[in-house]
Amino acid sequence: MLDFIARRLVAIIPVLAVVAVLVFLMLRLTPGDPAAVIAGDNATSDQIADIREKLGLNLPIWQQFGIWIGNMLQGNFGESFFFKKTVAELIAQRVEPTLALALCTLIFAVAISVPIGVAAAYKQGSAFDRSVMAFSVLGFSMPTFVIGYCLIYVFAIELGWLPVQGYVRIAVNFGQFFERMILPSITLSVGFIALIARITRASVLEVLNEDYIRTARAKGLSNRVVLMRHALRNAAVPIMTVIGLGIAILIGGAVVTESVYGLPGLGRLTVEAVLSRDFPTIQTVILLFSVVYVVINLLIDISYTLFDPRIRY
Amino acid sequence: MFQFRKSVAALAVAASVAGLSAAMPVGVQAQTLKAVMHSDVKILDPIWTTAYIQRNFGYMVWDTLFAMDEKFAVKPQMVDKYEVSSDKLTWTFTLRDGLEWSNGTPVIAEDCIASIKRWAARDSMGQKMMGSVAGFEAVDAKTFKMKMKEPYGLVLESLGKPSSNVPFMMPKKTAETDPATQIKVEDVIGSGPFVFVASEWKPGEKVVFTKNAKYKPRAEPASGLAGGKVVNVARVEWIAMPDVQTQVAAIQNGEIDMIEAPGHDLLPLLGKDKNIKLFDSNPLGNQYVMRFNQLSKPFDNAKIRHAVMVAFGQEDFLKATIGDSKYYKTCKPVFICGTPLASEDGMKDVLNQNAAKAKELLKEAGYDGTPIVLLQSTDLQVLTNLAPVAKQQLEAAGFKVDLQSSDWQTVVARRVKKDPPAQGGWHAMLTSWVAADILNPVMAGFFNSSCDKAMFGWPCDETIEKMRDQFSKETDPAKQKQIALDLQKYWVDHPTHVNLGQWYSPVAMRTNVDGMLTAPVPVFWNITKK
Repeated sequence: MLDFIARRLVAIIPVLAVVAVLVFLMLRLTPGDPAAVIAGDNATSDQIADIREKLGLNLPIWQQFGIWIGNMLQGNFGESFFFKKTVAELIAQRVEPTLALALCTLIFAVAISVPIGVAAAYKQGSAFDRSVMAFSVLGFSMPTFVIGYCLIYVFAIELGWLPVQGYVRIAVNFGQFFERMILPSITLSVGFIALIARITRASVLEVLNEDYIRTARAKGLSNRVVLMRHALRNAAVPIMTVIGLGIAILIGGAVVTESVYGLPGLGRLTVEAVLSRDFPTIQTVILLFSVVYVVINLLIDISYTLFDPRIRY
Repeated sequence: MFQFRKSVAALAVAASVAGLSAAMPVGVQAQTLKAVMHSDVKILDPIWTTAYIQRNFGYMVWDTLFAMDEKFAVKPQMVDKYEVSSDKLTWTFTLRDGLEWSNGTPVIAEDCIASIKRWAARDSMGQKMMGSVAGFEAVDAKTFKMKMKEPYGLVLESLGKPSSNVPFMMPKKTAETDPATQIKVEDVIGSGPFVFVASEWKPGEKVVFTKNAKYKPRAEPASGLAGGKVVNVARVEWIAMPDVQTQVAAIQNGEIDMIEAPGHDLLPLLGKDKNIKLFDSNPLGNQYVMRFNQLSKPFDNAKIRHAVMVAFGQEDFLKATIGDSKYYKTCKPVFICGTPLASEDGMKDVLNQNAAKAKELLKEAGYDGTPIVLLQSTDLQVLTNLAPVAKQQLEAAGFKVDLQSSDWQTVVARRVKKDPPAQGGWHAMLTSWVAADILNPVMAGFFNSSCDKAMFGWPCDETIEKMRDQFSKETDPAKQKQIALDLQKYWVDHPTHVNLGQWYSPVAMRTNVDGMLTAPVPVFWNITKK
């Protein structure tokens, strides 16, 4: 197992190298000039040229790449073109809202989707099953921002139960943190619930037709025990795989959700950095997302051994 | 279902009650004005960049020697008194008593000299003025002289320039920063009405200002950007909220007090809410403009550029972008309607959407059918619809148009490229100016026709430059006006850009917020919150 983990961790290096080269080249090849953005609308060509020189953007691309990679290897992620702050500082400031949103969403989504997926499989063809499937199609099809605006209208504007936007750090006030996390987490989890519920239903349905389930029932075990101990555990591997793959959807959704609810997280930082062509920030955030994605999928792979003893690395 | 609703409600109430114990006392919350500005503050140096959000930030923290009042008169601000010698070659400025930086050190003449020099190194109007300045001399702690090589007519207009770059006064140590380098966060120390709270600045989240206890407002009532800057709230927070729909929901819910620039399509929704009022704080508004690139054919030909002015009519541009006529006005004068230099002289035959006449002019000018590469930005609502209207009106006049769409930042990057249009360059692009930036031909950057040193578009016209120079050196306002009129008449036949009408963007605020001043820049002194 330790060998497997070590091999997978080493395998991250070429993945990151490819991501680094791609991100760097894509940013340089797409149109846009950070110096012109920084200089503002009334700037003269000389002012823009000054700024370009200060930022090192007039150096050849290979030299810019070399400097960036050299700094990265020394743990220096560079300084944002716009904020007089290091990218590491910016990310540190923005990581909490995104982490909180992702965790709340994950917990909420799994807590809802797995039971309803199992129940839908158990009651295959019933009204409940059809409702779950209908919700699943709807939830997966509705854009995140539409769900967000609808929830804001109902729960913040009409009912006045929850705030529209903003973020309060856990350390500052847990109550305010919690009330500001409810709507964003629900918004982001709708698509996730739809995906997991659908896969859970399909996986459990497949398992329910297996001989060992019939045997378990023949032994006189209760439906709950059959479903939770025998069916769900055996159906868990594809569900865990989907949860892992869903992290990418979650990252994409966080960008939109953070904008709709005014959460100052990494998703919004990414959008702001892209719109203003803040190259050092975009490069580092994308590398960070890549690391997160790879590590989470490694954890998912490891988790397979918990559900299926036949899997050994 | 009912049980679930009760639980959610209970949870929310519990969370809200817990929320009341937030770190900020209730009194301070009531004294805190929360505003969503048009953009987040990323850069803190209003001299280093011309971006408007940095200008607005500058007005919070720093003060100016002179300032423009609501009738466009330049009035002393940090300056107590000033005099000009009879030969108009020596200006003497004396600062008000008791001016202090927010760290408690006094504001001295040397600070102001260093600040003027740094500003003038970046600002085109400052550069023009410095061309006539022989030197500075600090007479004593409160007094300094500016000695001129020749009489210069725009000294007060330059030092009281209302918009980017504004000559903000900074401590000497800060002002000695290389003009091409940003000042440091710890150097954001001003003598303005607010203090920037660096420890609470979270880029992408909020910028916090507190009332500057050391600030000494002038005795006169506030007017425009001049007069007494009396602060009536303890704290101002600029909340970063990029989503316009969320901004509207937040102000409806009372979570914020003000939106600087709500989208025009959302104004009817805001107008219907009895807790929200719309206030036009900048009656001068903004001006839409189409800029020519004169480096490439066909716009290197003045007759073809003039034909565009004949082909265009402002109403269609304004209807397509702003919609509601309450928020726009057609205005033929190139200098903003309602300001001293505005005049229709020479404008009778242009901006009438006369496609037939434009066709004739094109034929006379020998337009060879070169497609016009017209840049369209698609992500800024106030600009998006300008380019399709321009395309339609140009095509009606016989131009071929190649409309190329991209996001605004790509347009910004592309417009500074001098490459031929077929190789990533451009022929024309559309943008908007804040009126306060274009009140005279020296201030208005698009008139700068100094070839390579001009703004993108790079017009190269000795006559315009000569007239701008005359305007800047003329000290008699009546003669200055005549020069501006002559320039406008010449410019109609040799346009550097086309003015496409004025538009306005009201501020949305909760009804418990009052006292916002009418000024070309949104300022936060004088505002009260009940």
